[in-house]
Amino acid sequence: MSFLTSVNSISWLIGGPQGSGVDSAANIFAKTCAKEGFHIFGKREFYSNIKGEHSYFTIRISDKPVNSHLEEINVLVSFDAETLFRHADKVSAGGMIIYDSSLVETVLEEVPTIDFEASNRIRKLLQDSGQSMNLNGMLEFAKSRGCRVYGLPYFEMLETVAQKMNDPKLSKISRVVNVMAISASISLLGIKKDKLINAIQEVFGSKPKLLASNIEAAEYAYSYIGTKYDTKNITYNLTPKDALKDYLLLSGSQAAAIGKIVAGCRFQTYYPITPASDESEFLESNQIIDQVDGKSGSIVVVQTEDEIAAITMAIGASLTGVRTATATSGPGFSLMAEALGWAGMNEVPLVVTMYQRAGPSTGLPTRHEQSDLLFAINAGHGEFPKIVLASGNIEESFYDAIKAFNFAEIFQLPVIHLLDKAISSSIQTCKRFSNDLKIERGEFKNTIDKNQSEGAAGHFQRFKLDDSPISTRVPIGTENAIFWNTGDEHTEEGHISEDPENRNKMMDKRMKKLDLALEKINQDDMAICHDFDSDGKNVVVSWGSTKGAILEALEKLSEEGNKMKFVQIRLLHPFPTETVKNFLKEAKLVIDVEMNYTSQLGSLVQQNTGREVDYKIVKYNGRPISTTELYIALKAILSGNNERRIVLDGGT
Amino acid sequence: MAELKLADYKTTVHNDWCPGCGDFGILNAIQMALSEMQIPRHKAVIFSGIGCSGKTPHFINVYGIHTLHGRVLPFAQGAKIANPDLEIIAVGGDGDGLGIGAGHFVGAGRKNVDIPYLIFNNAVYGLTKGQASPTLRLGEKTKSLVTPNTSNSVNPIALALVSGFTFIARSYSYDVKHLKDTIKRAITHKGLAFVDVLQPCPTYDDIHTREWYQGIDKQETGKAMPRIYKIEETGYDGTIKDESEINEKMTRILQFSSEWGDKIPVGIFYQNELIPSYHERIAENNKEYFAKPPSHQEISDNKNNPIAKIDKILDKLQIKD
Ligand SMILES: Cc1ncc(C[n+]2csc(CCOP(=O)(O)OP(=O)(O)O)c2C)c(N)n1
Ligand code: SF4
Ligand SMILES: [Mg+2]
Repeated sequence: MSFLTSVNSISWLIGGPQGSGVDSAANIFAKTCAKEGFHIFGKREFYSNIKGEHSYFTIRISDKPVNSHLEEINVLVSFDAETLFRHADKVSAGGMIIYDSSLVETVLEEVPTIDFEASNRIRKLLQDSGQSMNLNGMLEFAKSRGCRVYGLPYFEMLETVAQKMNDPKLSKISRVVNVMAISASISLLGIKKDKLINAIQEVFGSKPKLLASNIEAAEYAYSYIGTKYDTKNITYNLTPKDALKDYLLLSGSQAAAIGKIVAGCRFQTYYPITPASDESEFLESNQIIDQVDGKSGSIVVVQTEDEIAAITMAIGASLTGVRTATATSGPGFSLMAEALGWAGMNEVPLVVTMYQRAGPSTGLPTRHEQSDLLFAINAGHGEFPKIVLASGNIEESFYDAIKAFNFAEIFQLPVIHLLDKAISSSIQTCKRFSNDLKIERGEFKNTIDKNQSEGAAGHFQRFKLDDSPISTRVPIGTENAIFWNTGDEHTEEGHISEDPENRNKMMDKRMKKLDLALEKINQDDMAICHDFDSDGKNVVVSWGSTKGAILEALEKLSEEGNKMKFVQIRLLHPFPTETVKNFLKEAKLVIDVEMNYTSQLGSLVQQNTGREVDYKIVKYNGRPISTTELYIALKAILSGNNERRIVLDGGT
Repeated sequence: MAELKLADYKTTVHNDWCPGCGDFGILNAIQMALSEMQIPRHKAVIFSGIGCSGKTPHFINVYGIHTLHGRVLPFAQGAKIANPDLEIIAVGGDGDGLGIGAGHFVGAGRKNVDIPYLIFNNAVYGLTKGQASPTLRLGEKTKSLVTPNTSNSVNPIALALVSGFTFIARSYSYDVKHLKDTIKRAITHKGLAFVDVLQPCPTYDDIHTREWYQGIDKQETGKAMPRIYKIEETGYDGTIKDESEINEKMTRILQFSSEWGDKIPVGIFYQNELIPSYHERIAENNKEYFAKPPSHQEISDNKNNPIAKIDKILDKLQIKD
């Protein structure tokens, strides 16, 4: 089965040891293709390691928007042995493999970073296909499946480049090998060289020496392919439609960070953790903020001693009136639970951007999962209102970051913005963001007149019991508005109270915000129904980063006449019961798709709507769901598969 | 503006501390310091942790933020970094600050945010009924302990010093004048100021009682020999005027910090304003920080449109053909 939705679409992969420039090479490749007019979706995979372990970057390019990765690879780019051992079997018939021709004798056992389990799998594959246990065997296996292989003598090529540049040292540094590798693939794909050179200029523009050597290496590898290999009958001859006008190429953590800047977040705390730190680092690099009035603003980013400090410092800052956030992942979020309750109790607006990764405990620290949904909803002891909002892709991460702050201030409560590693470190071409969203601050005031202070002792009533659960909120430091906060149950002024009647009133006040949120939040921010002209009988429900793979799989199924609709739930708490019920009204078959073991959304849907999901497609091997495997699973269900729970296991 | 009287800094909230509790002296001293300094009530914010000591803000008629057990310092630092114009005072118990919150104590020392921090040091966990606190010494058995303390104590003065606090002092809750003066110095200090307040807990600590501090048990000369002595009265001055003095002074402070038992030093051990505050460090990279700290930032225009202009950031990420 092939997912080439058009001739102009390929799935490309580069691999190599961590620290060898896989990321920057992939970036250059993505930029080159985007300049040529192709849409991009790129996914990063790496070990929790700094140097040496295998990392890889998959990039899909297409003349139509792409939202997810595929299992199959059309072009495999490598400059080490491990990449071939690990990925060559995924290259589709007719696909192309670029490799280091000096490594063909490398024996599987000689590659120390291939772990025992992977080594066993590869050995079995080579044995079963009667190949030798070295790279040559792997290549022969690929060729037997119809792949074309292109060997490059990187070392000799480096020497030539060094001579051309009159810089003998260059041949010793392998720095430019990554660029030679991608350049060869670009040449094979028939993409114009000048786009590649432009991309290299963008990436290395500020470092003249690196720039020169990379360009020289790229030029050389580009023409080397042309002179060494017959490129006439290349399978993938790509022609872009139009230039991508007003498109960005960025990651989810960048999108969320830029959203925070637009939202007016001016204080962010963090304790380093993958995959959340990228966002804080981006914010810190952009701490001085341009303003439309020509003046400049700024955001203060504080690295704290731990995540408890990160959230409590953020709450302290929020009390001064500034829009405040912290960003973390599961382990850090676990530490934040108690403070989240304090924010709920004291009605403090706060955004926690929660980048999920595979748990429990340290789990698979650099891999993907969506297993913190129920935890996010239930985090903290006792009962208090919070909002949990999940973005489905990179673009949504930007707009949702802004909405998260609006919700936090309108309802005066903590908002958990759920993202995950599949969004944060993937890259995608997105329409340039617009900042025409409004900043809504709810009952926030900067000044209070004297006579508004009317509590028991003539004090301001921060927690006034009124018809509305939302009280006037002022920054600490405001005249005529002295109030108290405490994690204890409290009076309208904020003093400790254990009175049972007051307790009920205050609980009602706080918890009613959840009803109010369901009244006020836009339908599209609660759930979106992507209906593919379906009759609504077969429905996929999901949340978060699975969106891309679902949209693509359903599009393909729809082209084949199997129309299904997709209900993407965005507001996970409070649960938009009515909206979801309505979307599921006609459903004969509800299929829940999630990257976790227990189908957490499935249980939420059942708990809130009473509708049990009929099928569960889950995945928890740390690799995101691909369009390919999801398509196969959905197809199996539609053709009468009787397994109620399908566990996906794709990925390397 | 009319002069603010001491009474203006008091609330009418019922105070439920045990009779004779050392906390009353600390409360009075804070209120006196605020009133003598004429700090406008709305400009002052008392942050506290959890414990008997944690209730302090409710009795002071300024903004009061009663936070979580052990977390008072990060809460208070967040507020002060976001709005350095506020006069923020952090208070809490010894368990709060040196047990569950010890990581933040060290973290705060490294940052040197401009706030005073008072630890109500009563050697016990008051509010949870008298368990050993981190300042109770090994082998001591206060009233509620089943067996003598099996953990050793932390040395708050030494810990503050090695963590980077730039003002370190100790005072005694029943010497309200000395305590009030120390608090005023801590408030005016530029940087993070720590005051270790010796606070008898008459309910649970039957060792370090008021009488013990007074030396009633030491009658060798015929009259009580108070244990506490003031280091200023010995001619000591803890102010660092030049970098070169630091090493020698640190050694002296560590000596002071290990004095306990018959002679307990109080006073200002250390004050070093040569070290930049966290605010000054931020301002290095963000020139307008003091003029426009986070809390003073404008974020939207009068039509609620975002004021941030992200064109430059987007241009960098935009695809150029
Ligand atoms: C996370 C957490 N653990 C435990 C407690 C229970 N607790 C309340 S007060 C306290 C100890 C208070 O001792 P200290 O900080 O010395 O303050 P004191 O009462 O002596 O003033 C503890 C353990 C709590 N509130 N929160
Ligand atoms: S238990 Fe001790 S510290 Fe707490 S109020 Fe009573 S005397 Fe004071
Ligand atoms: Mg105590």
